[in-house]
Amino acid sequence: MAQKHATQVEAEAYQVIVIGGGNAALCAALTAREAGASVLILEVAPKHMRGGNSRHTRNFRCCHATPLGVLLGSYPRDAYWQDLLAVTAGKTDKALAGDLIDASTDCYHWMEAHGVQFQSSLTGSLSLSETNAFFLGGGKALLNAYYQRAEALGIGIAYNAEVKHIALATASTGKGKRVGWIDVVIDGKPTQLTPQAVVVAAGGFEANLDWLEEAWGVAARNFIVRGSPYNKGRVLGDLLKQGLDSVSDPRQCHAVAIDGRSPKYDGGIVTRLDCVPFSLVVNKHGKRFYDEGEDVWPKRYAIWGRLVAKEADQIAYVLIDSSAQGLFMPTVFPPVQADSIGGLAEKLGLPKRAVESSVAAFNAACPKPSAKRKFIAHQPDGLATTGITPPKSNWARPLITPPFYGYSMRVGVTFTYLGLKVDGKAKTYAGGVAVDNLWAAGEIMAGNILGQGYLAGIGMTIGTAFGRIAGEEAASYVA
Amino acid sequence: MLHDDWLKRVQAGSSHESSSELHSESPSESHSESPSELHGEAKRQIEICNACRYCEGYCAVFPAINRKLLFEVSDTIQLANLCHNCRGCYYACQYTPPHEFAINLPMALARLRHHSWKLCAYPAWLARSFDHMGMVVAAVLVASITALLWFVARFPPPSITSAGGGEGFYAFMSHNAMLAIFIPGFCAPLIAIAISMGRYWRMVGGEGVRGVHILAMVKSVASLRQLRGGGAGCNFEEGDRYSHKRRIYHQLTLYGFLLCFAATSAGTILHYGFDSPAPYPFWSVPKLFGVSGGIILCIGTAGLGWLKCKADPGLSMASLWGGEMAFIVLLFAVSFTGLILYAASVIPVIDAAAWVEVLLPLHLGCVLAFFLLMPYSKMVHGFYRMAALLRDAQG
Repeated sequence: MAQKHATQVEAEAYQVIVIGGGNAALCAALTAREAGASVLILEVAPKHMRGGNSRHTRNFRCCHATPLGVLLGSYPRDAYWQDLLAVTAGKTDKALAGDLIDASTDCYHWMEAHGVQFQSSLTGSLSLSETNAFFLGGGKALLNAYYQRAEALGIGIAYNAEVKHIALATASTGKGKRVGWIDVVIDGKPTQLTPQAVVVAAGGFEANLDWLEEAWGVAARNFIVRGSPYNKGRVLGDLLKQGLDSVSDPRQCHAVAIDGRSPKYDGGIVTRLDCVPFSLVVNKHGKRFYDEGEDVWPKRYAIWGRLVAKEADQIAYVLIDSSAQGLFMPTVFPPVQADSIGGLAEKLGLPKRAVESSVAAFNAACPKPSAKRKFIAHQPDGLATTGITPPKSNWARPLITPPFYGYSMRVGVTFTYLGLKVDGKAKTYAGGVAVDNLWAAGEIMAGNILGQGYLAGIGMTIGTAFGRIAGEEAASYVA
Repeated sequence: MLHDDWLKRVQAGSSHESSSELHSESPSESHSESPSELHGEAKRQIEICNACRYCEGYCAVFPAINRKLLFEVSDTIQLANLCHNCRGCYYACQYTPPHEFAINLPMALARLRHHSWKLCAYPAWLARSFDHMGMVVAAVLVASITALLWFVARFPPPSITSAGGGEGFYAFMSHNAMLAIFIPGFCAPLIAIAISMGRYWRMVGGEGVRGVHILAMVKSVASLRQLRGGGAGCNFEEGDRYSHKRRIYHQLTLYGFLLCFAATSAGTILHYGFDSPAPYPFWSVPKLFGVSGGIILCIGTAGLGWLKCKADPGLSMASLWGGEMAFIVLLFAVSFTGLILYAASVIPVIDAAAWVEVLLPLHLGCVLAFFLLMPYSKMVHGFYRMAALLRDAQG
């Protein structure tokens, strides 16, 4: 298949080239093709790994005034806006974010029309039933639908296509830049392409440990990459080197705390650890370091990646007792189990005395069982410790019921925010001047909207909305 | 009776049981061979699914997984029989090989399902037929046809004019002779299946069946809900593309079969209730049901066979492909020989009697083989699916 496409690349002059093979790339390619342009997709991964991090997604965040398909109730524009402001602490391009929220409603219909099937909010994700529309089967099923549509529309698809260089030249107007040609290696064969318009939707650099190390120091070597091993930021790096305007900084990323035994790459959703609020978390020295019960987990899971990144060897250990069983989503690997805290510490390779004293101090600080306040798993219950630092503000129950369970916990980098500056038309810029024929969509420009923090499902909304805009703009440019 | 030893071994998690009977010939299935390993592999994958949950909307298997945290052998076997091999989850899965999680749930459950049928088979020594289904189907078919040819040739009924003689097909084989062959040929397999179902029910911890459970099961079976996926159908013959073809051909097969069965039942009622023995005219209930059912069954089985040729063999047990196909061919033969037999008896051809004399035992041989093979072939899947859906309705 790839062979056939490679020859097609030589034989045909495509008007629009889309670099990337994930959600944003496919949305751009489909939109451009439907507007009449001839389109070629350059996907660096082999076919079975196509789709970048979109493979691991499961929903997109969608504004709607009334019930829409699988979405219950409503998610008004203002509520969406407040949620985004809260997670980013205001670090967002307000005009772009507004456009995104407005565009999200129509995205639902567009996605359905292009073969995406939705399903009701997944078990354990009821809190998202009004805000996030879940894809039946997840992101890979969504990608399958888009690739089927792309094939049916005659879009060229080259897998194993690694873009080496996007050559920027001076625009014909004499002011600003334009893409001259693209150097790409397809199935090991170097090729030069000269499209009229280019959309870059090639993701971030989260799978590039060298680049992460530049930003985070050697600590980055202990990070686990939750998504595609192909997101090495080749295209982003190449364009930034040539002076394209950037947003955010290399340290900004969506990093969560995940099971320390996860695969180095591509572990995806199942590696999450949702038991932190019901646990006691210690570092490798057996000491607690942060309030485990600050808020409900959906509002806190995104900060724990950074917290663990600051601890020695970028590792932490979550300890629970059997009373926490069944309160959180099942984990992909079974926990380490022991009948005593000391035994558990030994099995986890932790200093026994230190862990025992941390647990003893914590247990002593927990409110007495006779207290009026009751343990409520799904909302902050006010069961707080007294007299210890750091405190545990909610769900503070002593670890006393054997067997005891433990998980190691590491930093799981999901995606990075350093990206290309774009305007509302997804157009990229160099030195404040728009690049004549280059648009960007998806993670490579998500930093315009996500200056920091993360809002579940917004990555796919950004990819879909700006992918469609970029595709439309590129098609009208070549028309 | 329940192979308690085996269950205990599996539950204890002991592995390395060597059993040539359980050994699969296909190298692609060579990893994890013993029952405890089959359970262990299914459990490993199910636990990953339980941490993911992306596939909840495809079928009943995933909601059933989500209800549990621990998976005993009774759970994995129930899930294995609840799985209709629609393959939606496989094509949606981000963890399929070469990912190190190596998820292929349709295959893991197919292997365990196959084993559970052998485990519940009665009598136990016939369980091995599941491993050699193609050969068994061929052998039983040839034996049945030969036996009936011999019977028809050896014991011609008294001529029409004398007492006890019959019209139509009964001119070649008396009604009583047919009953003598087919009542045991039909009832014995049903008894065997009933025993197997009892074993299965105990194995998966089934409770008392209530009307709502039956209603839920019938609804699922009647529409083959489990192959509808999220509404666009399942993935079978065209890789990651959804389609309703398999569901449609399966239901044509099911309803065609039920029409044929209804035709026979109607004939029995007319025979005993209204003293109106066969042959019946075309515009009669038995003939209308039988002919329409036969045609539908032919189309359904031909379609299923065609789809089976196009499906990815890596998502079910490759070693069973031949046997399953043989069974589809047998079911096609049942309907097809029935139709041509009817055609030969009504279309004025030269020497029609000679045709019928061969075609009647051929058709009856196919029918007999089909009945005899019910408990030990692919046909039994329907009973296990119904039991699993009943159990699932109990939550």
